[in-house]
Amino acid sequence: MHPAYSVIFFTTASGLGYGLLSLFGLAAAFGMLPADRWLGFTGLGLALSLITFGLLSSTFHLGHPERAWRAFSQWRSSWLAREGVMAVATYVPAAILGIGWVFLESLNGLWGAAGGPTAVLAIMTVYATSKIYASLKAIPRWHHTLVPVVYLAFAAMTGAVWFDAVLRLFGHTSNAMTIVALISLAVGWGIKMRYWQSIDHAAPVSTSGTATGLGHLGEVRLLESPNTQANYLNQEMGFRVARKHAQKLRRLAVLFGAAIPITLLLAGLFAGGAAGAISSVLAGLVVMPGVVIERWLFFAEARHVVNLYYGDQTL
Amino acid sequence: MTSLPQNPSPTKLGLVIDLDICVGCHACAVNCKEWNTGGYHAPLTDINPYEADQSGVWFNRIHAFEAGQGSDAQVVHFPRSCLHCDDAPCVTVCPTGASYKRGEDGIVLVDEDMCIGCKLCSWSCPYGAREFDQDAGVMKKCTMCIDRIYNQNMEIVDRVPACVATCPVSARHFGDLGDPGSEVSRLVAAREGYDLMPEMETKPVNKYLAPRPRKIDAADIGAPAVLEDASPEGGFLGWIDKLLSSEAGA
Repeated sequence: MHPAYSVIFFTTASGLGYGLLSLFGLAAAFGMLPADRWLGFTGLGLALSLITFGLLSSTFHLGHPERAWRAFSQWRSSWLAREGVMAVATYVPAAILGIGWVFLESLNGLWGAAGGPTAVLAIMTVYATSKIYASLKAIPRWHHTLVPVVYLAFAAMTGAVWFDAVLRLFGHTSNAMTIVALISLAVGWGIKMRYWQSIDHAAPVSTSGTATGLGHLGEVRLLESPNTQANYLNQEMGFRVARKHAQKLRRLAVLFGAAIPITLLLAGLFAGGAAGAISSVLAGLVVMPGVVIERWLFFAEARHVVNLYYGDQTL
Repeated sequence: MTSLPQNPSPTKLGLVIDLDICVGCHACAVNCKEWNTGGYHAPLTDINPYEADQSGVWFNRIHAFEAGQGSDAQVVHFPRSCLHCDDAPCVTVCPTGASYKRGEDGIVLVDEDMCIGCKLCSWSCPYGAREFDQDAGVMKKCTMCIDRIYNQNMEIVDRVPACVATCPVSARHFGDLGDPGSEVSRLVAAREGYDLMPEMETKPVNKYLAPRPRKIDAADIGAPAVLEDASPEGGFLGWIDKLLSSEAGA
């Protein structure tokens, strides 16, 4: 599949934003956060800006962005519509949490309790995003049980790394939170590697024989393509660049997404203080290119069964 | 509504495509483009039509496949267009309601005024039936020539999709596949018409008919095994044959 940059930016930025928002929401609901106005402003501001810029960027790849409001209507059947509804709904409890925390410097009662629904809606939004891809049977590598798990785990992982970084920046150092971030990195990339192993060894779902119904005649090969120049289907669904370098890119993703941030967080754990805060922020800055490479591969490595009509034998 | 119709009528208008007859002339694709560039989805935009790297919107594309090995291999021409599936994933993924399936005849359509151009429907279609018009910013697809088949201003004989009307070898048939007694349904029953990629669980309405088994020996098509007897008995030819074949004649 052609990796649209706007969609890669949207899913990684909003994944981080919703992960961060749900952690602030949960911590607020359980009364574990200091009612520090500037921590609230920075933490919620970062999360909500990432979400908002992500959502806006996702409209850039639309043919008619001015009609984007229509995309909320079909929530009964469409995961894309559900994502839109959840994304907008999340702003409501997040705004209540923000008003209490930033303007009134209070996380008591309603203000802190709003963190609960904020977290739940943020998680549901990420789940809806993942189901947009996981529900597409025509793209076997996306129609996989681990796809929603990876989306949720990566949102939690990037959110946890930045949650730790923001807390440390404001001097609320918590080794427990750094350990949570470390565990989320290990779990997130563990699931991703399990997914890569699974798609590399998956049995083909469809063949040129089932696509044409001519399988009973023997091996079915494309003799003549209908078009001499690439058409929409070839451009959108016949993307081939990444698979050439997939192994190298996977190693780069793990290096930036896991190895370097884990080393930095461990170093920060022992260093503590200002050095610890700096290494946590560095871990947050390094993890994102790793996740962007992972998300780019998620698109570029996915093959659409329509390619069976354009020369592929099995998919 | 982009949910599938709750109480669809039994009518399922669709095509039956006979791969035994299709000669791969692309006339159906050309007439489809010709009709539809002035029809419901007008225009079917072409980008750089007179330069290198041209591309454009087509609802019908004709592939050629080779099946089997060696002397048993055969070439099959394969027209590919929207199958108007009963369980159309392109309908249920649409977030706006632009992509819908008609309850009254099962035709799957796009309402261009509602389409936001997110392309998700084209991703969900296993058959590549939908093509994005980058100029108009909306998705376009086969309409089963809805503006021909119900067109009161046309002769009844012409109220069929453009691809069916133009096929010079009658490899394409149009009718109600929901009615077991219809001509197309009987054709499907007689020739064991099949679905493309049934494993995608889309329940296509359109059916394909496989090429008939190849006939290589003359006797298989009712012709005499030998065209002319080289050693006739009796008569003038027999006498000549006998004369020329004998040692004495030589």
